[in-house]
Amino acid sequence: MLSPVLCSDLAALEPEYTEADVISTVEFNQTGEFLATGDKGGRVVIFQREPQGEYNVYSTFQSHEPEFDYLKSFEIEEKINKIRWLPPHNPAHFLLSTNDKTVKLWKVSEKDKRAEGYNLRDEEGRLKDLSTITTLQVPVLRPMDLLVEASPRRVFANAHAYHINSISVNSDCETYLSADDLRINLWHLNITDRSFNIVDLKPENMEDLSEVITVAEFHPHHCHLLAFSSSTGTTRLCDMRARALCDQHAKLFEEAVDPSRQSFFSEIVSSVSDVKFSHSGRYLLTRDYLTVKVWDLNMENKPMETYQVHDYLRTKLCSLYESDCIFDKFECAWNGTDSVIMTGAYNNYFRMFDRASLRDVTLEASREVCKRRAVLQPRRVCVGKKRKETDVSVDSLDFRKKILHTAWHPKENIIAIAASNNLYIFQDRLTPNGHHNTPEIQSAM
Amino acid sequence: MAGAEGDDSLYPIAVLIDELRNEDVQLRLNSIKKLSTIALALEVERTRTELLPFLTDTIYDEDEVLLALAEQLGSFTVLVGGPEFVHCLLPPLESLATVEETVVRDKAVESLRKISQEHSPVDLEVHFVPLVKRLASGDWFTSRTSACGLFSVCYPHVSSTVKAEIRQHFRTLCSDDTPMVRRAASSKLGEFAKVLELDYVKSDIIPLFTALASDEQDSVRLLAVESGVSIATLLPQEDLEDLVMPTLRQAAEDKSWRVRYMVADKFSELQKAVGPEITKNDLVPAFQNLLKDCEAEVRTAAANKVKVFCESLPEDSRETIIMTHILPCVKELVSDTNQHVKSALASVIMGLSTILGKDNTVEHLLPLFLVQLKDEYPEVRLNIISNLDCVNEVIGIRQLSQSLLPAIVELAEDAKWRVRLAIIEYMPLLAGQLGVEFFDEKLNSLCMAWLIDHVYAIREAATCNLMKLVEKFGAEWAQNTIVPKVLGMANDSNYLHRMTTLFCINALSEVCGQEITTKHMLPVVLKMSTDQVANVRFNVARCLQKIGPVLDSSALQAEVKPVLEKLATDQDMDVKYFALDAISGILAGQNNLPIMMLL
Repeated sequence: MLSPVLCSDLAALEPEYTEADVISTVEFNQTGEFLATGDKGGRVVIFQREPQGEYNVYSTFQSHEPEFDYLKSFEIEEKINKIRWLPPHNPAHFLLSTNDKTVKLWKVSEKDKRAEGYNLRDEEGRLKDLSTITTLQVPVLRPMDLLVEASPRRVFANAHAYHINSISVNSDCETYLSADDLRINLWHLNITDRSFNIVDLKPENMEDLSEVITVAEFHPHHCHLLAFSSSTGTTRLCDMRARALCDQHAKLFEEAVDPSRQSFFSEIVSSVSDVKFSHSGRYLLTRDYLTVKVWDLNMENKPMETYQVHDYLRTKLCSLYESDCIFDKFECAWNGTDSVIMTGAYNNYFRMFDRASLRDVTLEASREVCKRRAVLQPRRVCVGKKRKETDVSVDSLDFRKKILHTAWHPKENIIAIAASNNLYIFQDRLTPNGHHNTPEIQSAM
Repeated sequence: MAGAEGDDSLYPIAVLIDELRNEDVQLRLNSIKKLSTIALALEVERTRTELLPFLTDTIYDEDEVLLALAEQLGSFTVLVGGPEFVHCLLPPLESLATVEETVVRDKAVESLRKISQEHSPVDLEVHFVPLVKRLASGDWFTSRTSACGLFSVCYPHVSSTVKAEIRQHFRTLCSDDTPMVRRAASSKLGEFAKVLELDYVKSDIIPLFTALASDEQDSVRLLAVESGVSIATLLPQEDLEDLVMPTLRQAAEDKSWRVRYMVADKFSELQKAVGPEITKNDLVPAFQNLLKDCEAEVRTAAANKVKVFCESLPEDSRETIIMTHILPCVKELVSDTNQHVKSALASVIMGLSTILGKDNTVEHLLPLFLVQLKDEYPEVRLNIISNLDCVNEVIGIRQLSQSLLPAIVELAEDAKWRVRLAIIEYMPLLAGQLGVEFFDEKLNSLCMAWLIDHVYAIREAATCNLMKLVEKFGAEWAQNTIVPKVLGMANDSNYLHRMTTLFCINALSEVCGQEITTKHMLPVVLKMSTDQVANVRFNVARCLQKIGPVLDSSALQAEVKPVLEKLATDQDMDVKYFALDAISGILAGQNNLPIMMLL
């Protein structure tokens, strides 16, 4: 059963919040011990899991500042679009954060010693009388209170003409990609002054523009494979071994559209907003406006599984288009064993699908549940008449409350859900003997 | 009073020590760079017991400070008391070898390698090898990557038991979980193989090489290629075929273009390592494939190697191999779709003529040169023209002129002025390679034609070109060939051409010397002071100022001065300005003469 272990960061206890507090990305590190969030104000908050299981704030730092491009005369927002952790190097932790234009590599490290003993000054910093100095003193290190520092290690700038939507670290651990609307660049983590363009969709004439890159990700094990999705609902797999420029894809995952269901909104709702390789590397998970799909890398013509996230919205696309909600970019996530998938929806609901049993559930991230520390109860959205007291009618859904960003602990059944300025972390409730009662989240709920 | 004297000498050192922890990075860096001064003042005992422990724990600092520290420690042996105590330097370098910043780690490893040479065999086993083992089994990949670079320096000096341990550690690192460590092992494999006994190279290194060369990570495989080349140099000829060639063949056909690129890039080393027989049987087909690779980066790397590869082919079959196997590929590359490939080829293709001799060059290579000389990319053309001399030696100037001249003339008269500009810039180079006689006959008229080009940038470049030609061929040549033509233009009806005469004189007076300038050029300039176009007149003033230093004082006094004075009263403002400017300029240049002589 999922129950909250922590809700939101502390500032969010006040109902009032500013736009800058809205969380724009959530990401666990490779071990799951750390969780990072980025917000629209350019801040990164890192949470560390305590031995008791709670996630507490470990470090907060300002990653990006608002800037102005004087040459092209536009503002560059400080909003953090994506965070990706690097595999562990040494006791410090490293992560990449990006806004629309610039990727930064951050080091978060602990310091528990400081040097003491000056020759020319006393411990309070006052200058000593020179005549009292008869011997040289070498400073010594003494323990001090733990200090967590975040320092910028590299700034990867000036390589994107459009807005960066994705970053992804390669399994070779020395390169990463950054993708914007039309291009994907490959960087070496140690080199900031050049990157290689590996995909370029920009047409000679911008009037011929028919699709944009929405998201890109490297394969978890094969260093030469990358997947990227586009606004036309396709996902392409590229093999970097074949040639330096990967404009020609190796595979194209696309589902034939039923012409009878074509409408004005067909292309908009088919735009892929997120793509994630499974941990095994065998499958691809894609999210479009109404569904999540699981693709087998060996089958390009149709998805293996398609799950409806909120099919009841199909009749409301017109008003969703008018309110721009139809362009919301929902993310999706696999659990540690690739058996369950999760994605967000409206009204602070999020959805989980068990791939084996084909059971699905709608849950709500709300402050009330958190306060009570109660087990999450399934919600149901009904189109017509309510069948149960707890059912919610489609017309009463709050489309301003949306869960776009979610993340799943790499090994355990712990999930992080960002709802505007709130971060919710839920986990399978422990059985008395201290073990998680079941790896299959579905049966526990 | 003795104490007070002590204070004075301590003070600068005290400042240095305190600044080791200053908030300003620059000051910390400064202090670290003077670490030897601090150590000298502290003397060896305190350096070992206080300074080094402090430095060992200071690895929180900025990269540049750590880099400086790692470098300093490499030459610190004397300051800790000599080789007997050199092991005291190991702890701080060990910490530095585990930091995340690659440059710092590499520097720490470099320093460790350096000081390993100062260890006695006993100290090596007691202090150095345990450090290598600790690094090799460290929790973080940073320490394990550093270990890879240290095996080869201690291996030759330790006992056979320890040697076995070292080999075992290296084996473990070659199959490390993280690609970073496997990369480090892969790149150090060749170096480690060099210090191993031949039997162990065969029994240990070859399996490791085979495994790394088929690693799932492209970046590991490509580093194995270079190691493979080093290993090949170590093995006797009869073992090569069985032990390394299968793997190297596989690398040349790797699925990843980055690995094939590496093979192409290391091809000449590989060729040297495997010897003539394998080259004939294996490398020739492999090289053909690389020249025809589907990835332009690979073709570029291979094209760069064409000349060296052909040169090093065994003499008895060199010509046959080139003519039947390599040349057909080269012919295709000449019209490659990628400019970098063509440019790489153009930079080496001329070198083939010395290898193939006159007849083959004329029949087979010359047509290729001509195609490249007309290439749309200037870099390709430049690479051809700048290597003309090696063809010149083989087929002689007559042959060359007949074939190449039309192409050069075509470029010289190209409709695009940037193309004309490019060929002008090659002209002095060509002139030098082809000699004065050929130049006068074929190219001189072209150079003169550029002087009346309708684009200013071309006329300007042509003027500059004349100057460079005179530098090459001398003043006498100038007087006979170009000066008359330049001066003839002074009577042209187009004022722009008349001005070109002045610009040429500006450029030529110095290289032609006083006699020619005074006798031939000056009269023309002076005559032009009455030109009806003001632009010409003020350029006369500027020209006079320019050539002033070349003239003797009597000419200045008798001929230049009156003209400038007259121009100084010209009705045109600009002419006046430049005339006055010239008078004062010449005055300043002649300030060693009595002023009265001029005025």
